[in-house]
Amino acid sequence: MDSRRRILDALRAASPPAPRAPDLSGVGVRWDDPVKKLSEMVLAVAGRLVRVPDAAALPAAVAALASEVGAAQVASAVEGVPGTVDLSRAKDAHALEGLGLAVLPGAFAVAENGAVWVRGETFRPRGAFVIAEHLALVVPASEVVHDLHEAYRRIVLDGAGFGTFIAGPSKTADIEQALVIGAHGARSCTLFLVG
Amino acid sequence: MTGARATGGHPAAAAEFVANEPRARWHDQALWFVRDKRDRAASLVPDWERLRDAAAAIRAHSRGRLADLLEEFEAKAVACGAKVHWAADAAEHNAIVHRLLSERGVRRVVKSKSMLTEECGLNEYLGARGIEVVDTDLGERIVQLAGEPPSHIIFPAIHKKREEIGALFHEKLGTAEGLADPKALTEAARGHLRERFLAAEAGITGVNFAVAETGGVVVCTNEGNADMGTSLPRLHIACMGVEKIVPRLEHLAVLLRLLARSATGQPITTYTSHFQGPMEGGELHVVIVDNGRSALLADPSVRGALACIRCGACMNTCPVFRRSGGYSYGWVVPGPIGSILASARDPAAHATLPFASTLCGSCDAICPVKIDLHGELLVQRRTLAARGLVSPGKRLGMRLVAFVLAHRALYEAAGRLLRLALRRLPRSLLYGPWNVWGRRRELPAPPEESFRETWRRTRGARG
Repeated sequence: MDSRRRILDALRAASPPAPRAPDLSGVGVRWDDPVKKLSEMVLAVAGRLVRVPDAAALPAAVAALASEVGAAQVASAVEGVPGTVDLSRAKDAHALEGLGLAVLPGAFAVAENGAVWVRGETFRPRGAFVIAEHLALVVPASEVVHDLHEAYRRIVLDGAGFGTFIAGPSKTADIEQALVIGAHGARSCTLFLVG
Repeated sequence: MTGARATGGHPAAAAEFVANEPRARWHDQALWFVRDKRDRAASLVPDWERLRDAAAAIRAHSRGRLADLLEEFEAKAVACGAKVHWAADAAEHNAIVHRLLSERGVRRVVKSKSMLTEECGLNEYLGARGIEVVDTDLGERIVQLAGEPPSHIIFPAIHKKREEIGALFHEKLGTAEGLADPKALTEAARGHLRERFLAAEAGITGVNFAVAETGGVVVCTNEGNADMGTSLPRLHIACMGVEKIVPRLEHLAVLLRLLARSATGQPITTYTSHFQGPMEGGELHVVIVDNGRSALLADPSVRGALACIRCGACMNTCPVFRRSGGYSYGWVVPGPIGSILASARDPAAHATLPFASTLCGSCDAICPVKIDLHGELLVQRRTLAARGLVSPGKRLGMRLVAFVLAHRALYEAAGRLLRLALRRLPRSLLYGPWNVWGRRRELPAPPEESFRETWRRTRGARG
């Protein structure tokens, strides 16, 4: 008998009766001001939130960030934000080594934890968000959800693809619990909230 | 593995650890610091207790439907372009991973944290076959360079001081001698590991959750090492135990809200990546592993432990773990949850672990999925006693205590005798080699009279 059959049979034989899946209507949080909560939580995850009045003001805001972090090369997958590197021409993620700043669109931000949902189909190569030295995520101010429950009600994951929540810059506390920013991925993470 | 697997078990390994008192204290405080951060994070979530209840119910539901959920997951994952493999035990898991790598001529692998691959001994297996596996989580890389196993599932190098890591990096990575600044050491590791990422031909990850509804696997890291390791090499192998499955995304939401807050006090990990099939031009293989889990599921007294989401909170809060260190358990998952899993799996090899607990229940109170940890530890003790796996001294002692407790007159006489002995006997006798408890502690001052005597004198007099 193959292992697949053997494991599934063993699990079926061993499984206790399954109680019903719980009713999840009792969990979840609603904030009076989700954008205010989001700003607090972005700080808590060591990120930065910048309000931008409209899409027209975005390129200047990104340029200011690029010069602040000293990014010579900027790659953008956000419409209307020019970059110096064309992401779509990168052969694969290896070509992005040394990239100073990646600017990527976020679908929405989550107030309870400061995370931004980034859909894989909005940029390529996949590694752009983690290989770049610095990261900027662009989210419309209208797209802020209260909590993860609301977030997953919005997320569609049917079929092949990739999606990730990103909450602040890459970090570690593996040496004596001292928080260090910039472990493997982006050394900073700026969330531009537009509108 | 060092520690409790040796003949002396947990007490002997723990004795070695506590012999260095300042270090044991430092370790204790480091973990309490993490526990404290968890408390603060939990207090900011208004529906925390309802979340824990929901999580426990989700795990109980999933536990009863593991086979169905795994089949649903497999069909969806395959539809997304992933390949799914099934491994009955550690040997089959290692053989599958090795075959996938060797068929593609892979020699250099980067791996993000996976307790399952530790459990299966994957690194050693691949290393012996000429494949280099570089652990990329900073803590794991530190212990890998030191030739040690992780001592904690979330903080693999929590037992090491910054100066020791500095010396290790000086020797292995060529950093300046005496460098002990965490920021500088992390920067050195970043440079060292980035080279490995860029040169790797395959990335291996664990799996925090697999979602039956979507066929995706979810991997959480703070460092971004899983994302680096799966977006540079073309081949991604994700290894998961059968219990990692959740039915739907709505259930994932509940567990993710609990995981990072319980583990480190963060509201969510920096990266929570959902892999549905391979990346453009790549391959994704998911290896589903039993390795004793179906046997745990069959045992009503320990199946609750399969709910574990590996947050490590029970370790951070456990007074025994904090003061004895991860290595004293001699098993890949230490602490309260590890003691249950290890002794249920192989009672004879881990006979001392269920006793490495005060049964204070702090772990139950903190566990995000509400596993009855101290209850299961107690059941393990009974199992060990029934199988004759408890040391003769402990067995005799327990029998004696049981006998005394069952006979009231004897109990009262023993109490009087003890109070008298504590007052009159010389220290050399009281703290003789038979007094294990008193080796590192002072016996309490004896009260003037027992509770019964006080009761009779006061309430009895009132009539």
